Amino acid sequence: MLLELDAISKIFDSGTVALEGVSLQVAEGELLSLVGPSGCGKSTLLRLIAGLIQPTAGSVSFAGGKPETAFVFQEPTLMPWADVLTNARLALDLEHVPRREGEARAAAALARAGLKGFEHAYPRELSGGMKMRVSIARAIAARPRLLLMDEPFAALDEPARQALNDDLLGLWREDGLTIVFVTHSIYESAYLSTRVVVMGARPGRVLDDIALDQPFPRDERHRFTPQFAAAAAKIAAAIKEKAG
Amino acid sequence: MNMLWKYALPALLGIAVVAAWQGAVRALAVPVYLVPAPSDVWAAFLGDAPSLLASLWATLEVTLIAFACALVGGVALAVLFSQSRTVEAMLYPYAIVLQVTPVVAVAPLLLIWVGYDHVERALVLIAFLVAFFPILSNTTLGLKSTDHNLVDLLRLYGAGRWQILWRLKGPTALPYLLGGAKIAGGLALIGAVVAEMVAGSGTATGLGWRIVEAGNRLEIAKMFAELTLLALLGIAIFATLSAVEHAALRHWHESVLKKDG
Repeated sequence: MLLELDAISKIFDSGTVALEGVSLQVAEGELLSLVGPSGCGKSTLLRLIAGLIQPTAGSVSFAGGKPETAFVFQEPTLMPWADVLTNARLALDLEHVPRREGEARAAAALARAGLKGFEHAYPRELSGGMKMRVSIARAIAARPRLLLMDEPFAALDEPARQALNDDLLGLWREDGLTIVFVTHSIYESAYLSTRVVVMGARPGRVLDDIALDQPFPRDERHRFTPQFAAAAAKIAAAIKEKAG
Repeated sequence: MNMLWKYALPALLGIAVVAAWQGAVRALAVPVYLVPAPSDVWAAFLGDAPSLLASLWATLEVTLIAFACALVGGVALAVLFSQSRTVEAMLYPYAIVLQVTPVVAVAPLLLIWVGYDHVERALVLIAFLVAFFPILSNTTLGLKSTDHNLVDLLRLYGAGRWQILWRLKGPTALPYLLGGAKIAGGLALIGAVVAEMVAGSGTATGLGWRIVEAGNRLEIAKMFAELTLLALLGIAIFATLSAVEHAALRHWHESVLKKDG
C-alpha cells in the first residue's frame, strides 16, 4: 500500500461534517478516481492526503514515508507574472535545484505535456486547456510518486478534456505514478481509472469501491466499447442506489 | 484614436485656451494684479528664474524624501501586517487615525516639535504622513489577495512563510503597491506644499511658501508662474510613476495590457 486512510472524519470550524468514517487504501501505481456529488468531501479528502489540512479524527499514513506529492487544482493556478517555464520550475526552485538543471527538467516536462515551444509565453496568452497543461507539467517536473488531481479538467471543453485524459494516461503509464483523481464525471472516471471510489454527501462517506479491469493502453476507441459502457453504467448505478 | 490625437487634442485645447486668455486680458485691459496675461506670467518667471527653480528643487527634495520614506515604511509595515494578524489588529486603527486626522491641523505642532531647529525635517515628516497611508493600505490589500490554492501548492512543496512572501505575495501585491504609489506621489507633493505654507517665512524656501509670499505682495503673475511650476512637477511625478508601473506590469497585468480586439 502506498497510503492508507483509517476512519477519517473531518469537521470544519463551521460545524460542517465534511467526512465521516472514511477508510481507504491506495496501492502503488493505481489510478483511483473519487466520484460523487458536490458536497461529498472528495476535495477535502484530497487535501487531507496532501497534508494541507488535518483530520478531526482518524489517520492518514504512508507505508514508505510520505512520497513526493504533487497537486493539480481545478483552476490552472499559475503565477500570471511568470512565463510558462518559470511556472513549471516552481517546485524545483523551492527544492533549490540548480537553475540550469531546473530549466532543463521543466522544459522536458513541458514538452511531455505538449507545450514545446511555449516556454516563454505568459499564462494569459494560453487557452484554458494549455494552462491546464502547464499546471500538469509543473506537477510532473517535480517527479512525484503521488499525483493528486482535484477536478482538473472540469472547466474544459470536451475535445480538450479528452485530449488531456489521453495525455494523462500516457504520463501515468510512463512514470509509474500513483494518481488520485477527483471528478464529478462518471465517463471520465470510467475512462481513466483502475478503480473508482463512489462517495456520498452529507456527511461525506464511501459508498462503493469498484475495480475496473479493462486493459491499458486505452485510447479514444475505448469510449465506444461495451466494457466502457458497462463500467460507466456500474458507477452510475452505484451513485444512484447508494445515495438514494 | 491613435497616439497623435491622444497628445495633439489636449495640446491644441491648451494652446487655444492660452491664446484666448492672452487676447481677453489685453482686449479688456484687466490689471495685472487681478489676472495676468500668459506673457506676464512668462516674464515674471524669467525675471526670477534662478530663485524660483531653487524653490522648485527645495519642494522636489522634500517630496522625494517623503515619498521614499512612505514607500519603504508603508511596504515594511504592510509586510509586517501580513506576517502577524496580532500586529495588524493592534496597529491598523492607529494608521487610520493618522490618515483621517487633517494633517494641516497637526502641522503647526510638528513644526514646533520637529522643525524648531531643522524645519526641513518637519516638512518631510508632514509630507510623509500624507503619502504613507495609500501605500500601506494598498499593499496590505495586495498581500492579502494571493490565490489560496497557490499558497497551498507552495506549502506542499515545502516553502516557508518568507518564500511564500517573496515568491507569491510580493508579486501579487505589486500592482496594488504601484497603484498606491501613484496616489502617494501626488499626495507627497501636496503634503510638502501644505507644510511649506504652514511653516511660513524664514527658513522655508520651497514653492509653497513662495506662493504665500507672492500672494501677500499681490505679485499675481509670479504666483501663476509658481503654480505652473508646481503643476508641471506634479505631472512629472505622475508620469514617472505611471512609466514605472507600465514597465513592471506590462507582461502580465490586466491594467496595462492592450486589448487584442
